[in-house]
Amino acid sequence: MKKKTFKTVNTQFPSVDGKGIMMGRPAYTDDFAPVDALTIKVLRSPHPFARIASIDTSAAEAMEGVEIVLTHKDFKRNPFTRAGQGYPEPSPHDKFVLDEYVRYVGDEVAAVAAVDEETALSALDAIDVEYEVYEPVLDFESAKGHDSIIHPEKEVYEMFPIGFDPERNVAASYHMEIGDVEQTLAQSDVVVEETFYTQAQAHTMLEPHTVNAHIDYQDRLVLFSATQTPFHVRRILSQTLEVPISRIRVIKPRVGGGFGGKQAIHGEMLAAAVTLRTGRPSKLTYTRQEVFESSYTRHPMRLNIRIGSTKDGRLTALDLQGLSDTGAYGEHALTVYMVTGSKVLPLYNKVDAVRFAGDVVYTNHVSSGAFRGYGAVQGNFALESAIDKVADKLGMDPMALRQKNMILEGETSPIFEVMGEGTEGTAMDMESCKLDYCVKRGMELIGYEEKSPRREVSEHKIRSIGGAIAMQGSGIPYIDMGAATLKLNDDGFFNLTVGATDIGQGSDTILAQIAAEQLEVPLEKMVVYSSDTDLTPFDVGAYASSTTYVSGNAVLKAAQQMRSRLVEEAARSMQTSPEAIIYEDGRFEAEDGSPGIDLGELATKLYYNEDQKQLTTTGSYYGTKSPPPFMVGFVEIEIDRETGELDILDYVSVVDCGTTINPALARGQIEGGIVQGIGMALTEDEHYSKKGKLISKDFLNYKIPDNYTVKKLTTEFADSYEDSGPYGAKSVAEIGIDTPPAALANAVENALGVRIRSLPITPEKIVAALKESRTDT
Amino acid sequence: MKIELTVNARRRSVEVSPDDYLVDTLKKLGYKSVRRGCDTTSCGVCTVLVDGDPIPSCAFLSVRADQRAVTTVEGIPETASALAEEFGQTGADQCGFCNPGIALTVHAMQEKESDTDDETIRRHLVGHLCRCTGYQSQHEAIKAYLGDEK
Amino acid sequence: MKFKTYRRVESLDEAYQLLQEDRKNMVVAGGGWLKMSSRTLETAIDLSALGLDRIVAGEDTIEIGSMTPLSAIEADSGIAALASGILSQAAGAVMGLSFRNLATVGGSVVGKYGFSDVLTPLLAMGAELDFYGEGRISLEAFLKKKGRTADILKSVIVPRSLGPGYFKKVRKTRLDFAALNLAVVTTQRGYRIAVGSRPSAATLGEEAMEILNSADTIDEATIEKAARAVASLKYGDNPRASKAYREHVAYVYTKRAIEEVRDCED
Ligand SMILES: Cc1cc2nc3c(=O)[nH]c(=O)nc-3n(C[C@H](O)[C@H](O)[C@H](O)COP(=O)(O)OP(=O)(O)OC[C@H]3O[C@@H](n4cnc5c(N)ncnc54)[C@H](O)[C@@H]3O)c2cc1C
Repeated sequence: MKKKTFKTVNTQFPSVDGKGIMMGRPAYTDDFAPVDALTIKVLRSPHPFARIASIDTSAAEAMEGVEIVLTHKDFKRNPFTRAGQGYPEPSPHDKFVLDEYVRYVGDEVAAVAAVDEETALSALDAIDVEYEVYEPVLDFESAKGHDSIIHPEKEVYEMFPIGFDPERNVAASYHMEIGDVEQTLAQSDVVVEETFYTQAQAHTMLEPHTVNAHIDYQDRLVLFSATQTPFHVRRILSQTLEVPISRIRVIKPRVGGGFGGKQAIHGEMLAAAVTLRTGRPSKLTYTRQEVFESSYTRHPMRLNIRIGSTKDGRLTALDLQGLSDTGAYGEHALTVYMVTGSKVLPLYNKVDAVRFAGDVVYTNHVSSGAFRGYGAVQGNFALESAIDKVADKLGMDPMALRQKNMILEGETSPIFEVMGEGTEGTAMDMESCKLDYCVKRGMELIGYEEKSPRREVSEHKIRSIGGAIAMQGSGIPYIDMGAATLKLNDDGFFNLTVGATDIGQGSDTILAQIAAEQLEVPLEKMVVYSSDTDLTPFDVGAYASSTTYVSGNAVLKAAQQMRSRLVEEAARSMQTSPEAIIYEDGRFEAEDGSPGIDLGELATKLYYNEDQKQLTTTGSYYGTKSPPPFMVGFVEIEIDRETGELDILDYVSVVDCGTTINPALARGQIEGGIVQGIGMALTEDEHYSKKGKLISKDFLNYKIPDNYTVKKLTTEFADSYEDSGPYGAKSVAEIGIDTPPAALANAVENALGVRIRSLPITPEKIVAALKESRTDT
Repeated sequence: MKIELTVNARRRSVEVSPDDYLVDTLKKLGYKSVRRGCDTTSCGVCTVLVDGDPIPSCAFLSVRADQRAVTTVEGIPETASALAEEFGQTGADQCGFCNPGIALTVHAMQEKESDTDDETIRRHLVGHLCRCTGYQSQHEAIKAYLGDEK
Repeated sequence: MKFKTYRRVESLDEAYQLLQEDRKNMVVAGGGWLKMSSRTLETAIDLSALGLDRIVAGEDTIEIGSMTPLSAIEADSGIAALASGILSQAAGAVMGLSFRNLATVGGSVVGKYGFSDVLTPLLAMGAELDFYGEGRISLEAFLKKKGRTADILKSVIVPRSLGPGYFKKVRKTRLDFAALNLAVVTTQRGYRIAVGSRPSAATLGEEAMEILNSADTIDEATIEKAARAVASLKYGDNPRASKAYREHVAYVYTKRAIEEVRDCED
């Protein structure tokens, strides 16, 4: 393990942009909307499933101030996927910019662009639509083979085999088995079988989906977009609207949170279409209701798990089979479902047999898509809940059972080779895995010995502990690519331009830290600019926990190249050989003691005085593996035994993400993830009316955690170094969200002896389970 | 209707409709820090101060700002920049969309409360939803800021 | 909400006349709830020039002006001293502080919202309402009246002669509406119990009050009977809680409330 003392990385710095943003400087997409931009508003379907029998826009078009009204008649039937993935996408091409079918309440029917919001809204009212209403599919468990076929149209297709079978409402399907699961289970001393349900979760980033578009003086289409994937947006717009890609520029300004929700294309198609057709600037900001109703959510799933074990607690087999609800469109259908297995099951890598299978079905619900955790949180809830059940059956401590069976440094799992994301995977050994340390340290921090499993603290209150372990990945090997360019300026400061998209997670800051470390300059000398398809190099975008590892490696390569170019130039200037140069902290010295030169002085000479030239270097990187971060999460709750209401007293996370490039920002990623996971575990739930309309379409009815939800968060990082990562780093963005659902379910069972198998774990479900357990006995 | 108000100690006079909300009027006047996060007074993003008290500007009628003093985060640069320093120390400086509103609430709390213990901070801040930080790092940063200011 | 004209009235009478003139004229108090309606009104009537935002402590009562924001109720020391501070707690349990600077007690009362946290303790405390037009009416009677009032609420009047009280808001998160709220107060005439967010609006637990107020001692059996009576009030389902859970927590918290209030009195 390489380990050295660092100067800039593994050190806490404030975000490069934190101050300007707090002071209210223009930063986000809408802050840059042209003052004369047309406001776009979208007419949305009131029916979960219908065909537009007729649509009359003449009254709307005649209104003063209305510039254009768009309906499905204005677009070629050219299906695409909003998923915002690389090319070719593993998601079915099943969406039209506007379509004659509407497939959920909130689906787009028509768009109006007008001089202001009021006019646009009145124009929407003036559009006359007749619907031919169909029977919707509102229960995902009866979607497969349902009489209503959600995508009957002939144009939809898969880009490569993903198990797409629209006639049976199947968006994707997957199956894999290693060893013989049935036989291994039959021979196991103990078998636990459980069924779990996870719900749709909404991202609720505070900045709604926002875009604006204009045509610039070179007659090119320029979009500002609150997106996680500007390069994918450019490509997908070009393919779908049939505009040459060279005519499109996508700029990602500061983004107010994403969590996967802004990986996809949302308003970009309509804004681009309006501006291309009218020549006028336009803007589209989703209302909060549209964010809930018309973007996408986490995939709800049903997961059936079977675990086999010997009497003495050696796990023998894992069998996870499920069903996932992708809603009206198949964004991320296959890949999210695969991650439910591939980034969960390898945690117990020593089993003799493992199977993972299931279908991802269409329903007439709000679409599902990418969301932090990306399937792993659903799988983790099932697996880590069931592991506690196995321990219970064996009469073993649940953490001891985990310690006996979990993956360790130097080991591997056959799953890595079999399962990738949409394709086959990549074999890899765990070169850095401090899960054993994480578990031990976590137990100390939560006070496991004294507090586990439960203590009565008053007549009504019980305190208990629950734990879970988790893993994730660091980018998708051979698919995710990031690039970075460094430019030297006079006086020796640098521009670092990256395609990587800072969406609030702090990637601009940590990427600048990596470059500053390599070039041994203070962080202020590294001016970073991210994600502008004209000005920055390519990057797939902020998803799959890839930025630190993939884009970070690209930055490191660019910086290494810059460093050797600088040494060459210094040698030339100092009339010695590059080998004789010692570079440290911004100064070049010669081994022979002849006079040295400062970086700033060298740079200024390079631009004005001697053998003038511009130094730029570009590094690009794709992973050949995806080293997983690992963690343990422990929760201590205080629960009311009569009402089921619970308080979270402490949530302990001990995380192995390799080197933390910026410890404070890494902590921010973990704690943000933990609390989002707690929301999913306890309070967040999408409610639909019987007729398929979303009820939880605002913050009144969809409850995310607030500053009273958790009393205390305790977050620590393991001392770990991943050789393949930049300065030893792995990813840290997603893993935080994985453990809370299972840890909380385990804590509830430890307190009250009831197992809640469907999320969210509400006081009401706890009370109902208590009642049931009383009548059972 | 025409209203006269001061925004960040500057006198402004502006034409508004009777049912305009302050968030839109301030945007129109060019205060870009005032942004919408929801449409139901539930998120705290659009918070501004009216005569020193935080209010959700998405529900505050512009006509009611007539003859009153409105403060946006552009009007409290010292508080905002000192608070930003502390956010940077604890890793609370993530997407930042909720930060201008938080800075204004902290500013108002500081004027009003002599004792800013943990519960007081939580009580003042609870209307500010944040989806990035998990709140604890914000809380620590605000505490440190108030401590430094004393 | 949209409206065409805005009038900051100079007298209650002016407001009253406007309100009678047209069903599309409406009092806008904080505007917090009205904002969410998609209705178009004719004239918004603003009462803010009438000095109705004061809390006046009298000999026997505290009079809260209808335009008093919830944050002022929460901060008032006289109100905090009443019935163990249940009205302050309830006002403070609504959303965040900036919202409470906007929302008024008048808007909370006149709207008769099922979820209201403010109505429940007011009902338990035996509050009266003073309307311009109709005059004084007990909150209890007002809540039973159907339809919307065409009168202007001037103030809410709370008696001061109250013993210990108890308030509980059952909710998912701090910023949520109540799944149930419950208030118990001891008055000179005995216990008063109100339950709200059933999900329909607050009501008195009359049977339970009768059980308690006719009992010689408030022993466990009496408490049990009273709690059962509260649990058998009318409850329903909504996304916040099922009927069954509401009945259950109404029962549990009534028991705890009576025990706590009884032990305070001793
Ligand atoms: C997002 C949100 C969350 C909320 N959460 C809660 C909660 O958890 N608990 C809770 O108790 N409440 C809650 N409320 C309700 C809130 O507390 C107020 O009750 C509500 O906003 C009404 O008060 P207002 O001053 O804003 O009234 P307005 O919206 O201005 O008016 C409401 C109604 O009362 C009428 N009215 C107001 N004043 C008078 C008067 N003096 N005379 C005659 N008629 C009058 C108006 O004409 C209107 O019909 C919530 C409201 C919102 C918007």
